[in-house]
Amino acid sequence: MATTKTQTKAATRTSSRLDVPKTYKLFIGGAFPRSESGRVTEVTDARGRFVANVAKASRKDARDAVRAARKAQSGWAGATAYNRGQVLYRVAEVLEGRKAQFVDELRLTEGLTAARALTQVEDAIDLWVWHAGWTDKIAQIGGNANPVAGPYFNLSVPEPTGVVAIVAPQSSALLGLTSVIAPALVTGNAVVVVPAASAPLSAISLGEVLATSDLPGGVVNVLTGDPAELAPWLAGHADVNALDLTGAGDLDWVELEQIAADTLKRVIRPEPGLPPETPQRILALTETKTVWHTKSRL
Amino acid sequence: MTFLEYAPAPESTSILSLRDDYSLFIGGEWVAGGGERFASISPSTEQQIATFSSADEGDVDAAVRAARTAFRETWGPMSGRDRGKYLFRIARILQERARELAVAESLDNGKPIRETRDADVPLVAQWFFHCAGWADKLDWVGLGANPQPHGVAAQVIPWNFPLLMLSWKVAPALAAGNTVVLKPAETTPLTAMLFAEICEQAGLPAGVVNLVTGAGETGAALVRHPDVDKVAFTGSTAVGREIAKALAGTEKKLTLELGGKGANIVFDDAPLDQAIEGIVDGIFFNQGQVCCAGSRLLVQESIHDEVMDRLKERMSTLRVGDPLDKNTDVGAINSSEQLERITRLVATGIAEGGEAWSPACELPKEGYWFVPTVVTGVEASSTIAREEIFGPVLSVLTFRTPDEAIAKANNSPYGLSAGVWTDKGSRALAVADKLRAGVVWTNTFNKFDPTSPFGGYKESGYGREGGRQGMQAYLKAGK
Repeated sequence: MATTKTQTKAATRTSSRLDVPKTYKLFIGGAFPRSESGRVTEVTDARGRFVANVAKASRKDARDAVRAARKAQSGWAGATAYNRGQVLYRVAEVLEGRKAQFVDELRLTEGLTAARALTQVEDAIDLWVWHAGWTDKIAQIGGNANPVAGPYFNLSVPEPTGVVAIVAPQSSALLGLTSVIAPALVTGNAVVVVPAASAPLSAISLGEVLATSDLPGGVVNVLTGDPAELAPWLAGHADVNALDLTGAGDLDWVELEQIAADTLKRVIRPEPGLPPETPQRILALTETKTVWHTKSRL
Repeated sequence: MTFLEYAPAPESTSILSLRDDYSLFIGGEWVAGGGERFASISPSTEQQIATFSSADEGDVDAAVRAARTAFRETWGPMSGRDRGKYLFRIARILQERARELAVAESLDNGKPIRETRDADVPLVAQWFFHCAGWADKLDWVGLGANPQPHGVAAQVIPWNFPLLMLSWKVAPALAAGNTVVLKPAETTPLTAMLFAEICEQAGLPAGVVNLVTGAGETGAALVRHPDVDKVAFTGSTAVGREIAKALAGTEKKLTLELGGKGANIVFDDAPLDQAIEGIVDGIFFNQGQVCCAGSRLLVQESIHDEVMDRLKERMSTLRVGDPLDKNTDVGAINSSEQLERITRLVATGIAEGGEAWSPACELPKEGYWFVPTVVTGVEASSTIAREEIFGPVLSVLTFRTPDEAIAKANNSPYGLSAGVWTDKGSRALAVADKLRAGVVWTNTFNKFDPTSPFGGYKESGYGREGGRQGMQAYLKAGK
């Protein structure tokens, strides 16, 4: 079988010991299941050598992921902003401790030099830190009191949109993934993300980081696989509230937007040049809730 | 004359000086449209008020070109301060012509003069005043320094609040520096025409505001026009969906204010006198033809019977009839089509096991009328608990615990408005937190203000109107 042959080939890379190749699985509901379809995709390095098999998610996996996200969303949104900030900072901490692994994966699958891979990982860590600091501030810039002409206490606050399906950028796997997941998490959305098809390893490894960073299971779900196959299911799913097409430039994102219109999903269109560090990304995945409360006339 | 009887107090229509027919308002000129002419009738009498032009695709194109030219040559380059001054002028004229506008609106739409006089028209003026002040302060809208208008805004508005919806669309668009092409609803185009006259009176540069009348095809041609930068629509979820589809893949920005099925939750410690007024206001304001109407009453089981008794008693005092009578509480349904829809949905509600009750009430012979109705014994799965009726029909459900109330309130694809009635502030805030709705009214209902964002979650649409968030919809971040 091809697998045996390639594993042999991989094994010859390190002469001193037989290495342990990692099986990359999906990340759904805080667990790491294989695809229910049993399908895998072979990932090779820049020189075409076998690296690993990665689970190839199916429609059923996407539905399971949406269900897990829905279940987790209210708890995550209900956590205090301080707590969400602590968890996002914890992600940065854990990632910092596992830098080397991500550098290796990026070098292997994206063919980056060690220096460039390191820069990318460090930028991703810093982006988590940047977002961690927003959780208890975003309501202050996205919301406000409204001086209505009547005896009412009236307040508008941004709230998470709910379950967000994301097609992550296809380049700069880890940084691209972080730039779309983190802003959704700040306000309390739950995420189902389809990472870059060409470099899925760091996405699953990021899942492992998230799973050990006190992020409640199901808040982030990672579906490695074919974005062109998975995205339409997510765009049409009635229990998905928003669709982030930031990384869908290579897909037929116009069709995805049309599918999303059936359920009036919020859609974030691919917008090249939008900097990763902008509160507009965070606010794009919120609703404004306005609460009126009567005031007595003294 | 017995208690609760009043002598008729009709508002005179002599204040109006209407034309027999109205043209399109494009580039500051009144031009005949290429489509078939149509008449607007008064829903309370079925008498024709005036005839109007239908804009065909060529007219829509001319209107968009006029708006583009004005954006490029006058309105775009103008200072924020001067734009603001024009809007202040318009606000003042609206106030000065308030009575005339109230009568015209009531005549054309069928809503009671009490509401046009005390709610619609004052809010319209307030909206222009509020937005006028934004025009030279856009750096503080929340998009960073020097935010930019989109360009030409295409706006399509419904028939339930014809002039108010016009102000919600036109005022923020102009304050932000956009020019507009607006299509009023085909059953209620009258006050938009009066607004065009007000723009002339205010000396607004030609092409800044363009009005194209007509039916759905005119609106479709407008939102699909390739030279439109921003589309704003208020209306049904079905049409909103079509617009979202049509705009997929384009650069156009879109905001949608769509349907709703608002839950009005009454806890057992609620101040009942106020709650009954709030329930009545929530569903019978504007004959229930309000997207944020509190059309699903959720009553705590322990007070269900008492609330129903009091509600029925209160409903018996509602005066249904001539919209121009100052004593009228509930006016005419806007069109025969809408009346037919309401009638059909109520019949479905009864067929599905609901029990309908209406006060004894004599209705005028002419016009479109529906008696205020409450349907009890409604299940969460009933058609009338799920579909928007857009009429004076209240569906009543019960609950036992706050969690059950929240679950039932959120059990809808819509998420526009909700009401909470309780004397316990801590509970009101906790429930408001969990409701998936864009506006939550606590111990009040159907309140609007230009400083306060309004808009929906889920299939009630996206974007907000009003306040800082409403201004953001007409701007993009500066480079």
